Amino acid sequence: MGRIIRHVILGFALLLAVSIAFTPAAHAAKEVKIGFSMALTGPLGPAGKAALLAMQIWRDDVNAKGGLLGRKVKLVYYDDQTKPANVPGIYAKLLDVDKVDFIVSGYGTNLIVPALPIAMERGMVFMGLFGLDANAKFKYNNYFQIMPAGPDPIVDWSRGFFELAKKQKPQPKTIALLSADSEFARNAVAGARRNAKKYGLKVVYDQRYPFPGTSDFTPILRAVKAAKPDLFYVGSYPGGSVGIVKAAHEIGLEPKLFGGGMVGLQYTAIQMNLGKLLNGITNYWFWAPEKTLKFPGIEAFLAKYQKEAPKQKLDPLGYYLPPFAYAYVQLLGNAIEATKSFDQAKVGAYIRNNTHSTVVGNVKFGKNGEWATSRTFQVQLQNIKSNKMSEFSKPGKMIVLYPEDFKSGNLIYPYAKGK
Amino acid sequence: MLSIEFLLNALVAGLLLGGFYAALSAGLSLSFGLLDVVNIAHPAFILFGSYLTFYANEHFGFDPVLAGLIFAVPAYFVGVAVYKIYYNSFEKTGAESLRGLVFFFGLFFLIEVILIITFGVDYRLVRAFYIGKSTSIGPVGIAYRLFVPFLVGGILSTVLYLFLTKTFFGRAIMGVAQDSLAVQLMGVDPIRIKTVAFGIGIATAVIAGSLLIIIGPVEPTIGREYIGRVFAVTVLGGLGSMTGTLVGALILGVAESFTSSFFGPSWALAVSFGILLICLAVRPSGLFGR
Repeated sequence: MGRIIRHVILGFALLLAVSIAFTPAAHAAKEVKIGFSMALTGPLGPAGKAALLAMQIWRDDVNAKGGLLGRKVKLVYYDDQTKPANVPGIYAKLLDVDKVDFIVSGYGTNLIVPALPIAMERGMVFMGLFGLDANAKFKYNNYFQIMPAGPDPIVDWSRGFFELAKKQKPQPKTIALLSADSEFARNAVAGARRNAKKYGLKVVYDQRYPFPGTSDFTPILRAVKAAKPDLFYVGSYPGGSVGIVKAAHEIGLEPKLFGGGMVGLQYTAIQMNLGKLLNGITNYWFWAPEKTLKFPGIEAFLAKYQKEAPKQKLDPLGYYLPPFAYAYVQLLGNAIEATKSFDQAKVGAYIRNNTHSTVVGNVKFGKNGEWATSRTFQVQLQNIKSNKMSEFSKPGKMIVLYPEDFKSGNLIYPYAKGK
Repeated sequence: MLSIEFLLNALVAGLLLGGFYAALSAGLSLSFGLLDVVNIAHPAFILFGSYLTFYANEHFGFDPVLAGLIFAVPAYFVGVAVYKIYYNSFEKTGAESLRGLVFFFGLFFLIEVILIITFGVDYRLVRAFYIGKSTSIGPVGIAYRLFVPFLVGGILSTVLYLFLTKTFFGRAIMGVAQDSLAVQLMGVDPIRIKTVAFGIGIATAVIAGSLLIIIGPVEPTIGREYIGRVFAVTVLGGLGSMTGTLVGALILGVAESFTSSFFGPSWALAVSFGILLICLAVRPSGLFGR
């Protein structure tokens, strides 16, 4: 009898041990792993970390509702340090070692392009976060990019700037082009160059500046001023954007329309530092607290983001990248739910063939996985009176001028009048 | 395009930029030029100064230059501590050439990580009444945002020059640089001299950091952009010469400005480093080298 009891106890102990040993693995198997590289340090680190927070908010939102098809979402990510060379290794590890179920891109064209061949080779759905025409050469049909640049991204990116210029009387005749010597900025200005030709503008200055490595923009802007352009289109990164805005004020550079493709003017820290110097600048924008841009879920998302961002020392308002970082995983999650499948081909086909409701509005993909219709806003900064954060968190400061469907005010023209 | 006004403005912009480069390079001229300590972490200390300045400006409203000067005092002691570690771990054992270089590389990344953890990765900027304003002298426009770093850079270089040439301690540093053994025979402890000199170098790096953040926004990894430039200025000017550092910085600043103004900014760095290469080919010891 004692022997039987001993065997029963031993049996229970073994059962318990086995269940303990296999429980985490069983849980792990139930998770949906989404893998990606992200610029958490380096020049794109500030935006990359904000994007990560947005993705974590989405993960928590989804998991609070029970996950995707009953499986909890887990984000698996590594810092690519804003170095394209790190990206292929990270995605190989994500797929071969971490065995993730889905991959999405890191932030920015330079960091998306090195991952695309891997996604193609493995037949993975690949959501892109702010790549400018990254899929132009690959033409991969399961790549979908969330930035609303449009079907011909390089040209559509600056179309609004030129459309606004075209409507002015007398019509501008000349343009100066300046870009940082990096892929995104070069592409943005290449599109502006094509638009300049299309809209019949004479290019009177067309140069690139070393990026990184330019400390002072005064000599460059003096050369621009000497060329006397009607329009000044700039493709720059945050450090350069600040230097260019300050130098333009210091030397009194006053083209009739100034801005275009300047990254960084959308960041709260930079807005608070530049304050009134931003008035009159017309630049691309993706979201602003204007009444015409109240998409479903955006305010709830921003409330969560703005609560957490100061603790992590991130952009406190988060209007630029975070809503789109939330949207690109939201869209993927919705596609998984809609197809009731984790099959890459089925999910890819669903994303390709449907319109998706997200926190950044309705998204429909077209050629090369870009938005079927461009929705890059042209915004003019107006009525900024101080350097306080509250200046930038309310309507009436970042006026949407283009496209017409989202217009929230009128252009103050020329730039000098809006300063 | 080629008006006198344009030319003068390009020249002045170059000189202002050169003054700023001189401030960035002054500390390295001391440590690398005089003491043969390849302090590759120098730009990281500059950036550390930028962040300390940002903190004092953001939370207490300190003027950036004043903040830089205040933080230069504790930075001196940090420099002293760093040199002591370096000396005891590497120089003393004769392992400074490669392992010492690795030490400073490690220090560079360590400072970056500390900045990321402490301040986050967002861009940081400062405010001061002179930022964004400018004045004109005849046809020449001068932005205060660039004039202040030029002025401070010029004063810093002059003070260091006078210190090294007119004071007993400064001449002792020059003595150690020229012949450490001879100085030792005169009853002076060269290690103490080098420790003080290295501390001064780090203190000047922190002051230069306050100038960097006046010119533009900083993020924790921006120091890497300046490694090449500060070493180029030091080598072009001639190792160990403070006058050379100032002149080298002004030459590079003017070269960059002229190239940006007349030939396009994309050639600016190539022209600057081209000048360095030509100088090294013609005069390997640099313009004012020993």
